[in-house]
Amino acid sequence: MNDSLLSLVTFLPTFAALILVIFLRGEDEMAQRNAKRVALTTTVITFLVSLFILAGFDPSNPGFQFVEEREWVMGMTYKMGVDGISVLFVMLTTFIMPLVIWGSWGVTKRVKEYMIAFLLLETLMLGVFMALDLVLFYLFFEAGLIPMFLIIGIWGGANRIYASFKFFLYTFLGSVLMLVAMVAMFVQAGTTDIPTLMTHEFASDTMHVLGFTVIGGVQTLMFLAFFASFAVKMPMWPVHTWLPDAHVQAPTAGSVVLASILLKMGGYGFLRFSLPMFPIGSEVMTPLILWMSAIAIVYTSLVALVQEDMKKLIAYSSVAHMGYVTMGIFAANQQGIDGAIFQMLSHGFISGALFLCVGVIYDRMHTRDIDAYGGLVTRMPAYATIFMFFTMANVGLPGTSGFVGEFLTLMGVFQVNTWVALVATAGVIFSAAYALYLYRRVVFGDLIKESLKSITDMTSREKMIFAPLVAMTLILGVYPSLITDIIHTSVENLISNYETALAHGASVDQAASH
Amino acid sequence: MLQADLNIILPEILLALYAMLALVTVVYTGKDKLAPLLTWVTAGVFILLGVWIGVSGNGDNAAFNGTFNDDAFSRFAKVAMLLSGAAVLVMGQDHMSRRGMLRFEYPILVSLAMVGMMTMVSAGDLIVLYMGLELQSLALYVVASLRRDGVKSTEAGMKYFLLGALSSGLLLYGSSLVYGFSGTTQFAGIIEAVGHGHAPLGLLFGLTFVVSGLAFKVSAVPFHMWTPDVYEGAPTPITAFFATAPKLAAMGLFARVLFDAFGGVIGDWQQILALLSVLSMFLGAIAAIGQTNIKRLMAYSSIAHMGYALMGLAAGTALGIEAMLVYMAIYMAMNIGTFAFILSMEKDGRPVTDIASLNMYSKQSSGRALAMLFLLFSLAGVPPFLGFFGKLYVLRAAFEGGLAWLAIAGVIASVIGAFYYLRIVYFMYFGEETDGLDQARSPVQNILLAASAAVMLLGIVNFFGVDSAAQTAAAALMPHH
Repeated sequence: MNDSLLSLVTFLPTFAALILVIFLRGEDEMAQRNAKRVALTTTVITFLVSLFILAGFDPSNPGFQFVEEREWVMGMTYKMGVDGISVLFVMLTTFIMPLVIWGSWGVTKRVKEYMIAFLLLETLMLGVFMALDLVLFYLFFEAGLIPMFLIIGIWGGANRIYASFKFFLYTFLGSVLMLVAMVAMFVQAGTTDIPTLMTHEFASDTMHVLGFTVIGGVQTLMFLAFFASFAVKMPMWPVHTWLPDAHVQAPTAGSVVLASILLKMGGYGFLRFSLPMFPIGSEVMTPLILWMSAIAIVYTSLVALVQEDMKKLIAYSSVAHMGYVTMGIFAANQQGIDGAIFQMLSHGFISGALFLCVGVIYDRMHTRDIDAYGGLVTRMPAYATIFMFFTMANVGLPGTSGFVGEFLTLMGVFQVNTWVALVATAGVIFSAAYALYLYRRVVFGDLIKESLKSITDMTSREKMIFAPLVAMTLILGVYPSLITDIIHTSVENLISNYETALAHGASVDQAASH
Repeated sequence: MLQADLNIILPEILLALYAMLALVTVVYTGKDKLAPLLTWVTAGVFILLGVWIGVSGNGDNAAFNGTFNDDAFSRFAKVAMLLSGAAVLVMGQDHMSRRGMLRFEYPILVSLAMVGMMTMVSAGDLIVLYMGLELQSLALYVVASLRRDGVKSTEAGMKYFLLGALSSGLLLYGSSLVYGFSGTTQFAGIIEAVGHGHAPLGLLFGLTFVVSGLAFKVSAVPFHMWTPDVYEGAPTPITAFFATAPKLAAMGLFARVLFDAFGGVIGDWQQILALLSVLSMFLGAIAAIGQTNIKRLMAYSSIAHMGYALMGLAAGTALGIEAMLVYMAIYMAMNIGTFAFILSMEKDGRPVTDIASLNMYSKQSSGRALAMLFLLFSLAGVPPFLGFFGKLYVLRAAFEGGLAWLAIAGVIASVIGAFYYLRIVYFMYFGEETDGLDQARSPVQNILLAASAAVMLLGIVNFFGVDSAAQTAAAALMPHH
């Protein structure tokens, strides 16, 4: 079983989606319930099977494990595998999906299609984290746009059409530039095998393009092409503007998947492609990226402060938190990258939970306006507690996983660029400001609004959805080694390769200048 | 000697004989009453011929002193054209007969056009090239105006004829220049006269005119003006035919002329083709945005797709030809499915072509909407569908051919182009609910739609071996490299 475990996990949800397509007929309540049950069962089974990956994973091995490889077309291969960097993203995906499906229990519009879209999306997301072939990666990466486009467009809010088109075209534009770079890599290295490409040395001689001098040459150009895709996906300031629209218009489950998993593909891409394959290009661009991250943290935190819409506020806070991730990755030292991965995982739990929190009251009041709420604590004590917990985690309170990620990335970047660390640390304060301000306006104060007088507290189903998220946030906050132990060796390997490549590049430069 | 030559062109002879025999038989018996039967029989003949050529053909054979080639390249194109022709014939039969448009001349004219196309992709001589081209074109001018009492159909036929005649004129003028400066009409002779590196000025002029004439036939920008009007005006089954086999025939002919006759001076025509390619991709993408008629939209879509196929040719390598062939095969498969869908768009028994009429089609007919969704994303070049792999092929070829800028332009155009395919998805899935279209009633159309959509997804496993066939075909065109 070990030799096709990854494919099994990846395609289990597709299999369930096929079953729904073929066997489920009708729109009545019975059919809806069956669709939900099939989807939930499948995602739970997928999670359980994926535990075998985690159990069989050897953290001391920096290479790829559970590798499977088959012939494909055009000299490409169907190759899957996980290493310390990707295995936890796989786990994050399989962990979040059952909660997402369970959280969608209240959906009544075209339930069958809804579940099919999410099941297919799970397959595609898992594929992204497992693919070890350039084109296979791109296939999963891009195909994920289709179900998400439909999810936003069909089940989204009032302005869903605009948001879905913006989401699709924005991310598509970023990705096709990456495709060109991939084709260039294919032509130059003659292979699409990711492990081989990671050791391939792309040319880095300074070149001139359209009158510009490009330091780092081909590597910098390829880096920029990949950057166009991952920065949009991440999203980094200033190409983040699709995210608030997509988040606000998407249904709750869509927002959760977007925030918890889809955003992580950008960070994963930087770690899998940008740093190992274009080390010199990365080094050339590092100062710019660090400052972009710092600006993102401060600027989007300030923007979040003035939002009237809860989802938009959390969306901007996601952009700010992703700023820590890019900062940590391009600090390119152990703390930075450990912290970045940690931050991504932790953000997966926390922001997912925050969007679920919004979903809870949206389901009751059908509005996301912050002004429409106030004083919820009197009617919804359980909700107030959980919302408080995740607000604090979002701020980065020590003891929650949010703290570890922020601290590690700041520590990593401090060693590289003190000023960036300084600016970014200011963002921590802003994040406390907007998060607490939101919490105060929604939960505290007097319950004066007539419409809120009859609001009910969370049902036991809702509480049960939050329970695993609370647990993960706490456990990781108290005992972060759970994660760092698994990623450590792979990250160490990544950094040592990166530094070797840089040193080699520098020595070639010196030889050339003599 | 003659015996051997005739053996090589046996498929063309048989098809021509079939067309004439069918004409005589039907005229003296049932006329239009026999048209549905004749359509099916013709489709059957196409399939038989296609299978025969595909299975039995091998090696490089030249007939009539090299003026007619039977090689892997021509066989690839012939099989693809015959099969797509068969599909298009049967899928339009129901649509046409219910409107009294199904005349017995239709399958016969299509057969004759097919003979012309088969000759085109085999041509090894300027005269043969022109003969094939005109046989194809004349038959197509007539079918474009098959609906004799319809203003739009007549207009389409007229426009197609006038602009087609102009392009034939350009082609002939170019051919005469080439003949004048090289002293021969045979490709084998021309390539020697042209030499390597740079062609003499006279030949360069001739080449430019020939390329312009051919660009008309593939509807590449700036020679595309006839396409939207003809696509819109012609009866839909005929539009479907225009969008498939003749496009491949023209592309095949393009490749023949460029590589068999001007293969030594790739640098001279590479820039022309790259320009045609980039203009087609962008105009096709941008002009389609404002279209509300799905047939016009598909016209611009095909212009854009021709741009990508030309990108393969512009690369000037064996991989480029291979990429072009794979791209065209995928393109034809997508268009057959898409037109099967368009053919079945009817309201109260009348055909509709307005995109807005698809409002909430997914609710009304979820299976067909899903198939169309596959095709649309495939047309847009979004993975995991086959259309993406076509783009990947030509991008790779362009890169290897040193045309990185063209590859970048191509992907940017594909993002712009994605918008209008998404717009159809928007109508089908996100729109407002209105009174829907009629239930699709033709099983043939449904089968072809479903098959085409399934191919888009299942084809990514191994391309059904089309890539290796295309590789052999491309190698046949470049033995001297």
